[in-house]
Amino acid sequence: MTGDDGVAALRADRLGKRYGRMWALRDCTFSVPAGSVVGLVGPNGAGKTTLLSLTVGLLAATEGEIAVFGQRSRAYTADTLARVSYLAQDHPLYSGFTVADMLHLGRSMNPRWDQALARTRLDRLGIPLERKIKTLSGGQQAQISLTMALAKRAPLLALDEPVASLDPIARLEFMRDVMAASADTGLTVIIASHVISELERLCDWLLLLTAGRLQLAGPVDDLVAAHQVLTVPRATADAELPGTVISRTDSDRHSTVLTAADLGQLASGLRPGWQAEAVSFEQLLIAYLQRPATAPAATEPDDDPARAGQPRSARTGITS
Amino acid sequence: MFRFRLDGSSGVPPYLQLVHQVRQSLLLGYLRAGDRLPTVKDVAGDLAINPNTVVKAYRQLEHEGLAGGRPGQGTFITAALAAPPPEASSALRAPLEQWFRDAEEAGLSDDAVTALIAVVRQDLRKERVA
Repeated sequence: MTGDDGVAALRADRLGKRYGRMWALRDCTFSVPAGSVVGLVGPNGAGKTTLLSLTVGLLAATEGEIAVFGQRSRAYTADTLARVSYLAQDHPLYSGFTVADMLHLGRSMNPRWDQALARTRLDRLGIPLERKIKTLSGGQQAQISLTMALAKRAPLLALDEPVASLDPIARLEFMRDVMAASADTGLTVIIASHVISELERLCDWLLLLTAGRLQLAGPVDDLVAAHQVLTVPRATADAELPGTVISRTDSDRHSTVLTAADLGQLASGLRPGWQAEAVSFEQLLIAYLQRPATAPAATEPDDDPARAGQPRSARTGITS
Repeated sequence: MFRFRLDGSSGVPPYLQLVHQVRQSLLLGYLRAGDRLPTVKDVAGDLAINPNTVVKAYRQLEHEGLAGGRPGQGTFITAALAAPPPEASSALRAPLEQWFRDAEEAGLSDDAVTALIAVVRQDLRKERVA
């Protein structure tokens, strides 16, 4: 899937992470070409944050590996941390610092730091350098975090449910700058998000996780082309339908079915009277998110590694 | 400079929305041969949209002969898109009117007509694929 034109920006090979007896992520294999904007989708607890933490070197894999631009990620090594910019959910900043202090910190800690980029960007946003972080709005703080992430000049930008708390306009401005940076420098971006409508415009690549298992991985266009929505008589059994049935809604006399079938399978498997339509991005995601996990789901892993090891009543009776 | 819009709730894929807007603006005369389209970066930054989607839309426009890239300068409108010639429209219109009258006489509702058109169009597409 990466083609012959270079090393994959992200390549996972049977990647897995276990907390105690709970697998938060398992058997994860994919390869994303450079310059992609990847949407990372899944219900809460599906393993999105675990996957991002393994990628950026904030967690060590239990099995398998993940490589960023051909180099295997190793937890807590300067080498791995330097290759990825990571913006966590709460885009942490030191609230007592001034904006200038934050830039100074970024400059001291990152060998490829681009001070001109940081200053130009903050200037354009009208954020004064002498202000303390805690006196700025949530939108401005998010923009400072993004500025820090971009000025780091890493080839991969990982965003974990970025700016979830921001108002729609601040959010749009944030995403505009991420997309402009991607266009400008070929930056590869991976975005974990629940906002499907937004992901449709941002992403050209998709990773969908449920219960720690990868359910979909590939270019958005290919995934959409590989699925169809069929309207068929209610009596039609799943086995009669072309491809693999992902979701099915039964009415009194007819059923609407989302099936994993390409046009070839469709052409040979479609009967007179059946209707076929292209699937939309949103329909595709909803169908897979609602689908029971296909692989024997490990457990209900928690997205937060800090909490994941703790016993929860919901997890009783699960053994690995 | 031409500016694109994006309707998140239309259900039309973003790249097709961009292509449609150029086609429509050409038909309406808002875009003319020689006009420069905004750069990929400008559109991506303006709409908060994936740059590859913009590239795909521009490629489609080039494929349709409506736009062309000039190295180092950007993407330009290369052809005016004329509305179908009036003769063709009126020649097609007469049998269509007759068909609609026949459908009404046969008792087809508006919805039934719409559904029938969709089915026929789909069957023709399938023939082309097969």
